Amino acid sequence: MTPVVRVEQLRKIYTLGDDEVVALGGVDLTIEPGEFLAVMGPSGSGKSTFMQIVGLLDNPTSGVYRFEGIDAANLDGDARADIRSRRLGFVFQSYNLLARTTAQENVELPMVYAGVPEEERAHIALEKMEIVGVAHLAKHLSNQMSGGQQQRIAIARSLVNNPALILADEPTGALDTKTSEDVMRLFQKLNDEQGITIMLVTHEPDVAAHARRIVTFRDGHIVSDQANQKRAA
Amino acid sequence: MNLKATIRLAMQALIRNKARSMLTMLGIVIGVAAVIVTVAIGVGARTSVQSSINSLGSNLIIVQPGSVTTSGARGGFGTASTLTVQDGLAIAQIPGVSAVSPSVTMRTQAVANGNNWQTIVTGVAPTYTFIKAWPMAQGTFFGENDVAASSKVAVLGQTVIAQLFPNVKDPVGQSIIIKGVPFTIIGTLVALGQSGVGQDQDDTILIPYTSAMQRLTGQTTVSQLMVSAASATQIADVQQSVTTLLEQRHHIVPPAQDDFQVRNLQSIAAAASSTGAVMEFLLAGVAAVSLIVGGIGIMNIMMVSVTERTREIGLRMAVGARGKSILSQFLTEAIVLSTLGGIIGVVIGLFGTLIVALAAKWPTSVPIGWILVSVAFSALVGIFFGYYPARKAANLHPIEALRFE
Repeated sequence: MTPVVRVEQLRKIYTLGDDEVVALGGVDLTIEPGEFLAVMGPSGSGKSTFMQIVGLLDNPTSGVYRFEGIDAANLDGDARADIRSRRLGFVFQSYNLLARTTAQENVELPMVYAGVPEEERAHIALEKMEIVGVAHLAKHLSNQMSGGQQQRIAIARSLVNNPALILADEPTGALDTKTSEDVMRLFQKLNDEQGITIMLVTHEPDVAAHARRIVTFRDGHIVSDQANQKRAA
Repeated sequence: MNLKATIRLAMQALIRNKARSMLTMLGIVIGVAAVIVTVAIGVGARTSVQSSINSLGSNLIIVQPGSVTTSGARGGFGTASTLTVQDGLAIAQIPGVSAVSPSVTMRTQAVANGNNWQTIVTGVAPTYTFIKAWPMAQGTFFGENDVAASSKVAVLGQTVIAQLFPNVKDPVGQSIIIKGVPFTIIGTLVALGQSGVGQDQDDTILIPYTSAMQRLTGQTTVSQLMVSAASATQIADVQQSVTTLLEQRHHIVPPAQDDFQVRNLQSIAAAASSTGAVMEFLLAGVAAVSLIVGGIGIMNIMMVSVTERTREIGLRMAVGARGKSILSQFLTEAIVLSTLGGIIGVVIGLFGTLIVALAAKWPTSVPIGWILVSVAFSALVGIFFGYYPARKAANLHPIEALRFE
């Protein structure tokens, strides 16, 4: 099977005035379909930059990036937007739901840009909200929900285009321990039952413990890449 | 993304921020309302001036004698003595002429009731009241028999009555001495007020033109001939016919200049009308400036909106919106705001016009063209001033937008 993500000697260098900051100093990594990968590392380790490039929000300075076998290292903004629209799902620490907008409208948003017809949008949105257990909140406004509920809506939103990969950037960073646990179990369930490929970025070992594979970054390099033996049950 | 989806997104975004949307529209609303009200008042005023000029007799054609040159100094129209009563009688035969009255004017002293007053004494024909559309207040006007007999009868304007007969209710039948000649007052005219050039039209005494020429001036020529065309559409034709006829009668061959001048009040009407048009465009210009200020208001709020919604823009980009989609959405928001503002402005403007018309009793008139122009111009303002903020939104980098606090 074609790997979802394959990077070789991936480098990202930021220029700040006269200084060059090496955010990624040559990273090799492959993510196969169905994997649940946690990317760990302290701040400044390059894990966020890595997520942004894998998520096609930015281009690498050099190196190979193949997304589902397609050369994705040098795409222009529109081409990257189109792949994000059809093949990627994002979950953020701060949920990023549109304020004063119903849960269902939020979940439908990616399909609006992907050009999915209206009736189909509603159908898919409700189906995905059912999977994450928030179908009863469809008509509620985003700002009237708890953090855990909002993050579930955001997860439903990331599922609507049947993405090849879901990128979750500190998805539990704003949640309490109990809710964090619930959200992580949801990710685990999506991976186990739906076979959805997930890349999770976190600095919390408790959260990373839910993944099957843990990759650790330090100073722009991968320093450890191992299967998670003690996966949380 | 199709147009429908873009409009939908824009509308949702606008509805989410009702208060801000309203405030953003306010400038355009006021601008358009100002355009509608000012134009309505301007056009209404112009129409009213036009109609009042028409009522003063725009069918009126005035024939004046030409200029006389004394020692090289040209006297101007009316100074020559070339027009005769016979010219007037000949003009009366032209088809399309409904009435002709000679006019012999002199400024002289009148004495009556122990008072005296200098006024304008005008010798005219009985058709004069018809030509000027000037009704009688008391008594009667003189007739053709008075003209034939050079009767010593006079009809007085209200100003003259006020000066000579301050305490007399009905001066008809009384005697008045004009330039030493006693006349009998047979009628009075209603007050007409000032003429278009500010002259008191009621400060006058009317007598038969024969009496004026034979008993007062001793002249054989007239000051002017007043000709009434049968209808407004015939004025130009009659004017041409009068000119041709008088050239024949006065033996004038083209290289020589006419010794008379034929004018009608249409030129005065045209001048008044063009003044009105200038006013109207001036007002519309001021209103257009306020529309542009309204547009700048839209741009300001849109700029703030883009900054405030940076994270939203980042999210939209992350879930697959192209820069172009973001641009269309924000541009559509600006256009919807400005167009809607324009439409609301038209409604408020029409309402305001109605209030002006009812409260101030001013004539108003709203041409449909201005309504369409106002709304179209508002939409244009939206496109023009919405483009910059929309482009700013579209050019945001998704990562920086998402990270924006």
